[in-house]
Amino acid sequence: MDSVNAKGKCGAEAAPKPGPARLELEELRERLRTKKGPELWRSLDELAETPEFEDLIHREFPRFASEWPSGVSRRGFLQLTGASLALAGLTGCTKQPQEKIIPYVRQPEQLIPGKPMFFATALTHAGYALGVLAESHQGRPTKIEGNPDHPASQGSTDYFAQAALLTLYDPERSQALLHNSRAGSWGSLASQMGETLRSMAGGRGVRILTGTVTSPTLAQQIADFLRANPQAVWHRWEPAGNHQSQAAAVRAFGRPVDTRYDFTKAKVVLSLGADVLCEGPAGVRYARDFAEGRRVRAHHDSMTRVYAVESAPAGISTVADHRLQLPPAQVEGFVLALAQAVGAAPGGGTPVPADAKAQKWVQEVAKDLQANRGASLVVADEYLSPAAQVLVHGINQALGNTGTTVFYQEPVEENPVDHVRSLQQLVADMNAGQVQVLLMLDGANPVYTAPADLPFLAALEKVPLRIHHGLFQDETSDHCQWHIPAAHELEAWGDARAFDGTVSIIQPLIEPLYGGKTAGEVIAALLGNQADATSYDLVRAYWQPRLPGLTAGLADAAKDSAGGGSITTLLGFSGAFPGAPGIGGTAPPATTGNQAASPNPGNPPAASPAAGKVPNDNATTTASAAAPATGGGGAFEKAWREALHAGLIPATARTGAAVALNGGAVAQAAGEVQAALARVKPGDLTLLLRPDPTIWDGRYASNVWLQELPKPVSKLVWDNALILGPKTAERLKLTWHETVEVSLGGRKIKAAAWILPGVAEDTAVLSLGYGRQRAGKATGQGFNAYPLRTTATLWGAPGLAVRSLGGEYLIACTQNHHAMRGIVLHEDEEAAEQQAARHVVRTGTLAEFQRDPEFIKKDREAPGHDESLFPIRTYEGHAWGMAIDLNVCTGCSTCIVACQAENNIPSVGKDQVLARREMHWLRVDRYFAGDMDEPQIHNQPLPCMQCENAPCEVVCPVAATSHSDEGLNDMVYNRCVGTRYCSNNCPYKVRRFNFLRYSDKNTPVLELVNNPDVTVRMRGVMEKCTYCVQRIEEAKIQSKVDRQPIPPNWIQTACQQACPTGAIIFGDQNAQDWEVSKWKADPLNYGLLEDLNTRPRTTYLAKLRNPNPALAALEKPAGGAENGHA
Amino acid sequence: MATLEKLPPPPPKPDVMPFVAPGHTSGTVTDKISDVILRRHTPKWWLLGFTVAFALLMLFLTCVTWLFVKGVGIWGVNWPVGWGFAIINFVWWIGIGHAGTLISAILLLFRQEWRTSINRFAEAMTLFAVACAGMFPVLHLGRPWLFYWLLPYPNTMNLWPQFRSPLIWDVFAVSTYATVSAVFWYIGLVPDLATMRDRAKNRIARVLYGMGSLGWRGSARHWHNYETAYLLLAGLSTPLVLSVHTVVSFDFSIGIIPGWHATIFPPYFVAGAIYAGFAMVLLLAIPLRVAFGWSDFITLRHLENMGKVMLATGLIVFYGYIMELFFAWYSANTYERFMAWNRVTGPYSRYWLALIFCNGLAPQALWFRKVRTSPFGLFIISLIVSVGMWLERFVIVVTSLTRDFLPASWGPYKGTIWDWGTFIGTLGLFLTLFFLFIRILPAISIFEMRTIVPGGEAGDEITEVV
Repeated sequence: MDSVNAKGKCGAEAAPKPGPARLELEELRERLRTKKGPELWRSLDELAETPEFEDLIHREFPRFASEWPSGVSRRGFLQLTGASLALAGLTGCTKQPQEKIIPYVRQPEQLIPGKPMFFATALTHAGYALGVLAESHQGRPTKIEGNPDHPASQGSTDYFAQAALLTLYDPERSQALLHNSRAGSWGSLASQMGETLRSMAGGRGVRILTGTVTSPTLAQQIADFLRANPQAVWHRWEPAGNHQSQAAAVRAFGRPVDTRYDFTKAKVVLSLGADVLCEGPAGVRYARDFAEGRRVRAHHDSMTRVYAVESAPAGISTVADHRLQLPPAQVEGFVLALAQAVGAAPGGGTPVPADAKAQKWVQEVAKDLQANRGASLVVADEYLSPAAQVLVHGINQALGNTGTTVFYQEPVEENPVDHVRSLQQLVADMNAGQVQVLLMLDGANPVYTAPADLPFLAALEKVPLRIHHGLFQDETSDHCQWHIPAAHELEAWGDARAFDGTVSIIQPLIEPLYGGKTAGEVIAALLGNQADATSYDLVRAYWQPRLPGLTAGLADAAKDSAGGGSITTLLGFSGAFPGAPGIGGTAPPATTGNQAASPNPGNPPAASPAAGKVPNDNATTTASAAAPATGGGGAFEKAWREALHAGLIPATARTGAAVALNGGAVAQAAGEVQAALARVKPGDLTLLLRPDPTIWDGRYASNVWLQELPKPVSKLVWDNALILGPKTAERLKLTWHETVEVSLGGRKIKAAAWILPGVAEDTAVLSLGYGRQRAGKATGQGFNAYPLRTTATLWGAPGLAVRSLGGEYLIACTQNHHAMRGIVLHEDEEAAEQQAARHVVRTGTLAEFQRDPEFIKKDREAPGHDESLFPIRTYEGHAWGMAIDLNVCTGCSTCIVACQAENNIPSVGKDQVLARREMHWLRVDRYFAGDMDEPQIHNQPLPCMQCENAPCEVVCPVAATSHSDEGLNDMVYNRCVGTRYCSNNCPYKVRRFNFLRYSDKNTPVLELVNNPDVTVRMRGVMEKCTYCVQRIEEAKIQSKVDRQPIPPNWIQTACQQACPTGAIIFGDQNAQDWEVSKWKADPLNYGLLEDLNTRPRTTYLAKLRNPNPALAALEKPAGGAENGHA
Repeated sequence: MATLEKLPPPPPKPDVMPFVAPGHTSGTVTDKISDVILRRHTPKWWLLGFTVAFALLMLFLTCVTWLFVKGVGIWGVNWPVGWGFAIINFVWWIGIGHAGTLISAILLLFRQEWRTSINRFAEAMTLFAVACAGMFPVLHLGRPWLFYWLLPYPNTMNLWPQFRSPLIWDVFAVSTYATVSAVFWYIGLVPDLATMRDRAKNRIARVLYGMGSLGWRGSARHWHNYETAYLLLAGLSTPLVLSVHTVVSFDFSIGIIPGWHATIFPPYFVAGAIYAGFAMVLLLAIPLRVAFGWSDFITLRHLENMGKVMLATGLIVFYGYIMELFFAWYSANTYERFMAWNRVTGPYSRYWLALIFCNGLAPQALWFRKVRTSPFGLFIISLIVSVGMWLERFVIVVTSLTRDFLPASWGPYKGTIWDWGTFIGTLGLFLTLFFLFIRILPAISIFEMRTIVPGGEAGDEITEVV
């Protein structure tokens, strides 16, 4: 639209607005004139009259309106006014991007108001991609689901992906290009960069700093840049990257390779402090594979046996059959002893570990592993020292696992380097004054994340031109002349590789809200000749010659899945049923138009798909290898559309690396571990530094969904803490919430102590990512652990000193609050006892189950149907129900964020969590069992039980909660007056009350994140899990439109869909062909507190263990007294 | 009713003091009671007391305003403890009201003449306590402006309240109770208002009292109608004494929460209510008789009788506590046993122990006549019992909810300053109303006092009518 049109429209339809709006119209026109693009605003009056715009005009600069210091100058005021106009783009943010993007299920021309569309794209976490389907309502992304066809996702996600949506709409995102903290322009930045570059021969003094880059396009661009400026250097620093794994690989194999596991083939798994389920690049996939081996149904007779040897509990320890708690050095000693026991390392030396129990463990585990040669798996990840990881490689080799359960592949990271050395080099060069321009891309925040022995800030100040690019203004951007707002992955084009190397094209669902740029666009501007290239141009340009050969097999795969129903069924929440008449039904979306890619001989694919030892996730990978295509324009368009449609480019998985284990390295590593073990004196505290489970290295600090997500196992929110085991805390005389001074190697920080059963003696765990100085609402929250982190002690070190400061820093924890009016209670033990007495989490062993499948129901009181005076209510049509398999739940908590995103659940903030008012509809209860010093840990996801005899319903005075004829316990928000009687009377305490006005209805951009199918609740109203009733209703409407019943397993709740282990199943328990009916018929199925005769619709499958009889004898009996007290 | 007439008068006991100190005649009684109202000079203690009470009332208004602005989240209620101070205070206040009704209705029917000098202000106390109580369920709502949805009013959506909910029963019970109490109290006031009208010198006061007295001229017809109405209302009120707190106890006993779900609740709540109510009557009567010099009317005999009632009801309540523990053990129910054990030894054990001391042990002093006839001793014990009854509700509401079925959802509770402000604020409302009441209305029934004065004009009029 040009300015003439805009003027005409304005004159014709909108009376000139009085007051400030009119004042700005000239500027507005000016702005419209300078903008390019086919459609910026649909009409000017729409722009000028929307409440958002008026709000912007009135509040000048909404984001800073309340933060701007008083006494703002006239100049400052004008800058802000100008910037607020620039922000008027907000009103246009429900537009489709300008470029053609391909919806996953429906074509854009089929857009039906009220019907969401799904686009296959990818989201990255610490550089690695997870294929997702992004749900879009009228052009705004509202929900992230996993992409069933993507190898890393297989239909599930992790919580980082779920929460990426909120980051997109985060009102604290950086909204304007800043030059010396004032609004700057992209043009002047590009020209200044160009000028500076020209002045430096060959790019001497130019440095680029990024995190892990897996984007082929970006890597290519940087390579191009480096070719053009041979003196420039590309540095990498990923704060929580795979530094030690890489170092270990280099030592063991001579070059960096990535290790991959195949849990499906493993019969015995030993996890060495690894946290590979649900976390890390392959976490979602591993969790799914792992769950396959653990799922027990009546017809199965086997179950993967899992050992966990670790210092602090993680997801895998909650499902492990045996758990051994050892201080960190002892864990490595265990590795050494095991390596010796299986013959991977030379024996001799003093026997390690010294503990008799650990020795017994070594023997038995070694025996078990050897009995399953080739089908066993020893898992280590980043946090084990490089030497110990070399030993693990040796153990896996000795056990014959390489090639069956353990694979080595070429690194997924583009052009891998040693990040630590890379950063060291950069700092050294900066200090030497050799760096003239430093460009920090994609949210790199080294001022905050650099190891403490690299004083990055001091060095940075010596760089004349500092440019920061990121989603947020942060510690680093504060010290840069330029700050470029980054485009979110849902706003711009890009590409990235998954854990196995598979490339996904990242497609935007929405125009950049704040004119953000991608890293690629910044590099393009640097290159000079492509200053105006959009991210779309860049990605397409890269793939133009490469793509056609790669996607040939995709169409077939799509056809298969459409025929077999895999994609559409797994989607299961929207669109027509397969084969149904009507829109979308006649032509299943996956086959629309563009599947006929005829295989042409020609250019071989860029990445050779020689599968080698790497297991192939995609049938399409191999299929396409045989079908390379020419890079012609038409073929490219076709391939492009197919790749976008599928959400991945096949045959791009990394090839298997032919590597040989260096025996000498293993022997040397053994010596190192032995030496390190000898250095640690008993009673010496060891600090473990870990990326925070939810806010990672600090990058998600601004994301309130992640901040308020109870961290798995510890259940802390909004803070980190120095987490200690009970024995250590007792020895140090520390208690919950107590402030302490933590010092390591002469460096000191302040922190608060927290006691967590399950943490090994002499071990303290502190997570990175908190204590940010510049992170919006998260500023000052928690304790910054980076000052304790040096290049030599990336993940912790022995020699920790902890001194009580005697103060109190209240930490919010969603379970078993430990502080009450200054008195500290130890509820864990009592809770564990009562849990056992009340049969909350029912557990048993595989052997018991095989002896008597019904054993789980023995001695458990459940009133029969005939004990009631009232007739049993029958459900004729659907009877919605849910079952949760406790056996595979790792407590990863992705379901919680998925539920929050789907159901518009507000976050309440730390103070409100401290007041016990968190709003999550679904919680994951954690119980300890057995000895509190070395407990077993159980997880229990707890949504609404949708009781048939619901105690909440009878006590509501206004019938705001009542029963549907499909068995749902409906909640009518409009009718609720807020007596909270229902919540009191709910034995499961699943109801949540809006004690205050928690839903933010004042921040316009946050309105966009809401699911339009779900009411946003007001203050004073009770709410709870609805089984995602909006999804049920959608399916029922579709069923009416199509005049056919809802296909089996069609409806998925948000939690179910996101669950990486497939622990949750939902459906019609009246229909035998729904999976949920099979689960309900399982002998392990039980109802929580069913003795109360609530007849819950949500039931659980009991948790089974598969203990090694030889080790079982060592364990203290779990569970408390059956009848509790009295 | 004629049989009642034939009942012999209670045997005179030499050691029992009379209900009115000797030497009083109808005239002196009337003078003494009406004088404190009609005199121009407002006593200093009244001004001081009223100021304090009114300041507390302002505190209440502040708290409520803030509550309406921010929402119920300013209180300490949380998840899992959805009910906190509001419900505790509601039950506490409504319990206090019971003594007034018991004194005016049941003691009337039982012809306990000693009630005469305390029934008027006890009834006023009932009204004011119910007013304080009645506010809490509304303030407690998440959306208080929709409180009328609890009433069965005709509406376009054909929506009724959900009649299975005890909260609906509460609405009926409490509103009936408030209405009947108000009418009963007012009817009882009419003859005295006429007296005041006749004695007032100030014209405005005469007009106002005159309007209130509904044209009462003291004719036989008036007296006849009055006595009939009064007796009928007494009959109506009598079941309410038992029913209201029974229904209030249903709020808990209908729930399935361990510690709530108990059949013992109705009787033990009613006894507790009377217990708390008499404590409050004593708390009001003892200062009143000093301030107005009314020890002639509210004699030690009255105080002693009230002490006896407290002792009796206190024992019932104490028995209730013991039975709660016994049945928790006897039921062999995991949840109940844990609940009982948790009350005694858990995080709120201090509250439980304080409760046992206040309601169970301290009132044992009332076995001693010396204590029963010592205004100071009674005052202290009444104070302790009032605190104890509040603690009882706290223990019932809070300890049961903090640790219910699933250990994972256990969580503590603590009132905030707004909780305390609102609670103390209602004390302000109560006291403000009470101070106004004693200043502008006869706090002791003049005409009834006249009937029990030895050698009084008409003998026992009530008995005559009966």
